[in-house]
Amino acid sequence: MLGIAPSVLDPAGPQAAHISSLWWLMFWVATAVFVLVLGFLLAAFLRRPRARVPITADRTLTRAVAASAVVTALILFGLLVASMWTSRAIASLGAASAVTVNVTGHQFWWEIEYEDAVPSRRVTTANEIHIPVGRPVVLKVTSRDVIHSFWAPNLHGKRDLVPGITSAIWLQADQPAVYRGQCAEFCGRQHAHMAFEVVAEPQAQFDAWLDAQRQPSIAPAGDAAIRGRDAFMRAQCILCHTIRGTGAGALVGPDLTHVGSRGKIASGTLPTTAAGLAQWLRDPQHIKPGNQMPPSPLADGDVQAMAVYLESLK
Amino acid sequence: MMSPSASAISRPARRPAIDVSRLAPGAFGYRSIMFWGTLGIIFIEGMAFALTIGAYFYLRTRVHNWPPAGTVPPDLLWGTVNTVVLLVSTIPNELTKKAAERIDLRSVRLWLVVCMVSGALFNAIRVLEFMSLNVSWTSDAYGSVVWLLLGLHTTHIVTDFLDTGVLTVLMFTGPVEERRFVDVAENSVYWYFVVLAWLPIYVVIYWAPRLI
Amino acid sequence: MSAASDRELPPLLEDAARLERTWAEQPGLVGWLTSVDHKSIGIRYLVTAFVMFLAGGVLAALMRLQLSRPENPLIGPDLYNQIFATHGTTMMFLFAVPVMQGLGIYLVPLMVGARNIAFPRLVAFSYWIYLAGCVFLYASFLMNTGPDLGWFEYPPLSEQIYTATRRPDVWAQLITFTEVGSLSVAVAIITTAFKMRAPGMSLDRVPIFVWAEVVTSFMVIFAMPAVMLASTALILDRLVSTHFFDVDRGGDALLFQHLFWFFGHPEVYIIFLPGTGIVSTLVGTFARRPVFGYLAIVLSLVSTAFIGFGLWVHHMFATGLPQLGASFFTAASIIVAIPTGLQFFCWIGTFWNGVPTIRTPSLWLFGFFSVFLLGGLTGVMLGAEALNSQIHDTYFVVAHLHYVLIGGAVFPLFAAFSYWFPKMTGRMMSARLGAWSFGLFFTGFNLTFFPMHVLGLHGMPRRVYTYLPETGWGTLNLVASAGAVFLALGVTVFIVDAVWALAAGAEAGDNPWEASTLEWATSSPPPNSNFIEPPTVAGRDPIWDNPPDQPVVVGLRTDVRDVLITHVLDAEPDHRIEFPDPSIWPFLTALASTALFVGSIFTPWAVVYGAVPVFITMVGWFWPKKPDEGGTQLWPIRHRTLPMPNEAPAGGTP
Repeated sequence: MLGIAPSVLDPAGPQAAHISSLWWLMFWVATAVFVLVLGFLLAAFLRRPRARVPITADRTLTRAVAASAVVTALILFGLLVASMWTSRAIASLGAASAVTVNVTGHQFWWEIEYEDAVPSRRVTTANEIHIPVGRPVVLKVTSRDVIHSFWAPNLHGKRDLVPGITSAIWLQADQPAVYRGQCAEFCGRQHAHMAFEVVAEPQAQFDAWLDAQRQPSIAPAGDAAIRGRDAFMRAQCILCHTIRGTGAGALVGPDLTHVGSRGKIASGTLPTTAAGLAQWLRDPQHIKPGNQMPPSPLADGDVQAMAVYLESLK
Repeated sequence: MMSPSASAISRPARRPAIDVSRLAPGAFGYRSIMFWGTLGIIFIEGMAFALTIGAYFYLRTRVHNWPPAGTVPPDLLWGTVNTVVLLVSTIPNELTKKAAERIDLRSVRLWLVVCMVSGALFNAIRVLEFMSLNVSWTSDAYGSVVWLLLGLHTTHIVTDFLDTGVLTVLMFTGPVEERRFVDVAENSVYWYFVVLAWLPIYVVIYWAPRLI
Repeated sequence: MSAASDRELPPLLEDAARLERTWAEQPGLVGWLTSVDHKSIGIRYLVTAFVMFLAGGVLAALMRLQLSRPENPLIGPDLYNQIFATHGTTMMFLFAVPVMQGLGIYLVPLMVGARNIAFPRLVAFSYWIYLAGCVFLYASFLMNTGPDLGWFEYPPLSEQIYTATRRPDVWAQLITFTEVGSLSVAVAIITTAFKMRAPGMSLDRVPIFVWAEVVTSFMVIFAMPAVMLASTALILDRLVSTHFFDVDRGGDALLFQHLFWFFGHPEVYIIFLPGTGIVSTLVGTFARRPVFGYLAIVLSLVSTAFIGFGLWVHHMFATGLPQLGASFFTAASIIVAIPTGLQFFCWIGTFWNGVPTIRTPSLWLFGFFSVFLLGGLTGVMLGAEALNSQIHDTYFVVAHLHYVLIGGAVFPLFAAFSYWFPKMTGRMMSARLGAWSFGLFFTGFNLTFFPMHVLGLHGMPRRVYTYLPETGWGTLNLVASAGAVFLALGVTVFIVDAVWALAAGAEAGDNPWEASTLEWATSSPPPNSNFIEPPTVAGRDPIWDNPPDQPVVVGLRTDVRDVLITHVLDAEPDHRIEFPDPSIWPFLTALASTALFVGSIFTPWAVVYGAVPVFITMVGWFWPKKPDEGGTQLWPIRHRTLPMPNEAPAGGTP
């Protein structure tokens, strides 16, 4: 699907659109003010040099300065009203039964959980959020460790993920595409490599995706994948990761049950191809020094096999 | 244009003048720059106290129970006793200030010693206050902020005690000249601040957990 | 003015020489360590702060080098994080505030006609503690233990559990170093401005720069305790297991943010308002007329300070505040632009009705006007909560903060340096080199920082050591990095200019700019005693307003450091005070305090043990000298002569 370059000025939904409108209003007002004020300053210098104007002329100046101050106050008041109007518009997005996604920040990845009234139908994944096009979605965000910030500029402004606080963001995508986002609150060594993707797709596709995510992991097919699965279960991977349908059930790191279905791994750092996965597995500390995944002493053949296995977990 | 530059030293200048030679070599009260310095410190430390009290109430809003379940509020006894001692200490403090403004060395010496006795007393009782807080700073945020608040004020009563001690020694050993009495008077102003700042802190530490 | 005795002065020759000897510093290293002369201390502050500016600039150059292309392997995250955090910490705490205070230390006493700054030993102490802070920070950085979590190290990331190194402790203690110094200077500046003015300088004749420094000093007094509290609470959490910011034990990560930004927002006005004071002063000189709107400007300064204390939550909009709170802080953040706008109009009006003159300082002023204005406008954008949520914590903010800080402080500072350099050194800088340094710096600044607005709008967050190629951020980052080269060149030309001028610059004379404030009424550089004959004033612009027979002050002793203290409102002479001679105690106290602060990073017992040497040095500082040890027994105890607050000064009014 089409990947959109992140931009505040390329809104793909109502929230970002409201903010973008406010931006343009403030931008043009600011440009006009800048040109006017500097224009007067330059004019003061470029006028023909003459003797100092006598102090009695300061009365006209007083009126001019006072008028300018009043105009300034009025403009600012107008901007204030525009800002509050935008905030209200943003707060008005909502729906009775919206897709609810719990987003939990970790150093340095995003835990994603789709809520459901029936617990067995809840879906846990990582770093990639799918949403249906044209419907409001509410993200409930918090953090498990330090403060992070969730920011997908084409969709909405950012919201901090603060441990101990759960905050709700309502957003909506009006066009199907892949929207890139990135953590926007310094969270440690690999803050720079903590991206995510929001995939907006038609309702039917979204439902199919969610349904597929609910299934346990696909059994490996082919020698390489089987060897990879076995290597995974023997190695220390199972201390941190879950692959539903196997013996791996730890909750420390991202859920890998359907990792092959995601576009990127390592929070948007590498593509989910066998080559990318192999690169990551070989030495995660080389790609993201300081992240929480320790290097594993894996034989090269095992690394390749594991990459094939993980890529197959669609 | 008046420009008495260095090069003008060599040429005699004749111009009208204001003669300040008969002005007094010092002053008491708000006329003195020492008062302004003391006032500066009072504002700074007062702000620190106000913010800590603000943090106390902010943390209160973050939890259901205050103090947290399993903790009892600080015992009232020593805190209340010390409040009385502190308030009573303002009497020798005021007498010290008045004696200083009279430039009465004997009375200054006497009342400074009495201040030191009261200072020793309220510092000692402060130890007992810490022991009856009924919470450790390591327990939780409530314990942390209570200890910080009491600790901040304690820093002030300790340093005020030491400052006053140095002044007391000086008034006995000398060299004493007139403007040292301004220092004594300003020290009294600071002592007042330390006592008066205690009152809201006392209410917050000892009564807030019982009332809110 | 009270009855001036029309007394003709006797020849000054002997008196002047003795006066200068009394006010002289001691020679050599001893003199350097014991100085209580506000001019020396002020220049030291300025030089040290400029060195910090260069150090912070080198760090910035490294950052730009790293970010010039995507996935640059040059600098890894660990080092980069230390670099950006040390850069920010240096610029905010060790450059921007100290340099403005240093300028105040040098200029305020001269501008009000005083012989020295109030509490000179305290000011000396504050310089040493500031210097210690600089050494401490950079020693830590060079030992790979510099701060690495930004210039405001938010918990929980800065808590022990997430960062077990000593780096956050270094940051937190640096705060203590700098705040103790800044608070001390603030008290001294306020006291000098209110109590030591030249007779005739009523409050409505106080120079605008002095007003700016006074308002700033008040802000320092009310704001800095907040950051001291925040950093102390952080150290306590890390060192002795308190739980201020620990959400599992009733603490709150946002408490730190509230405390920090309660300081942090006034902090930027602490940096900016002296800049406006510089601008007001220079506008008057380079429009060759009194600044238009004195009262409006002073009221703007005061109202900016007040409103500035009510904005801090706009740094926390992204945490998801209740709508009512967000609206209030949006409103306040937008309204604060009005007083500053008013100042702008007054300045432009001054030029409009005056005779605008282009010299090096006014070139830098133009830089201020354009750059700060742009930054202020993006500030209004950031103050709007809805828009803030998109641009907060992105390179848009990096652009904004540099436009307002460099525009509002650094450009005025370069203007101030070229303007007051002649007064401080007696030499003129080069007009040609000045124009070059301005041109290079202005070009480099805009090349570096303007693209960052776009980068922020295109999704680039702050504090990232690298970025992926597919983000498309590479081109603008390269442009920004190229701009940094011009910035560096501009600063280099300025340094060359200053060094050359010191060695071979034209002699300045008393008043090369034909300015109006009192520092220009004495020699360049000023004599030890600032004014051989302390001035009185008859108007707001003394050099322009004073009639030729304006009285001077006589009767102050020349054998001791005798200083005139005046009334707050109307600057009537009140009494005299003997100011302290050079003393080693401020330096020793600073050493002892440094040991206490550094030690307390490692163990809480350092506070107890470290307090002993501090106490000893403070006793040494306070303890008066006996007459035979060089102290004076001017006023032995006798029947009370010192006046009470409500009395006329004993000895009769002059």
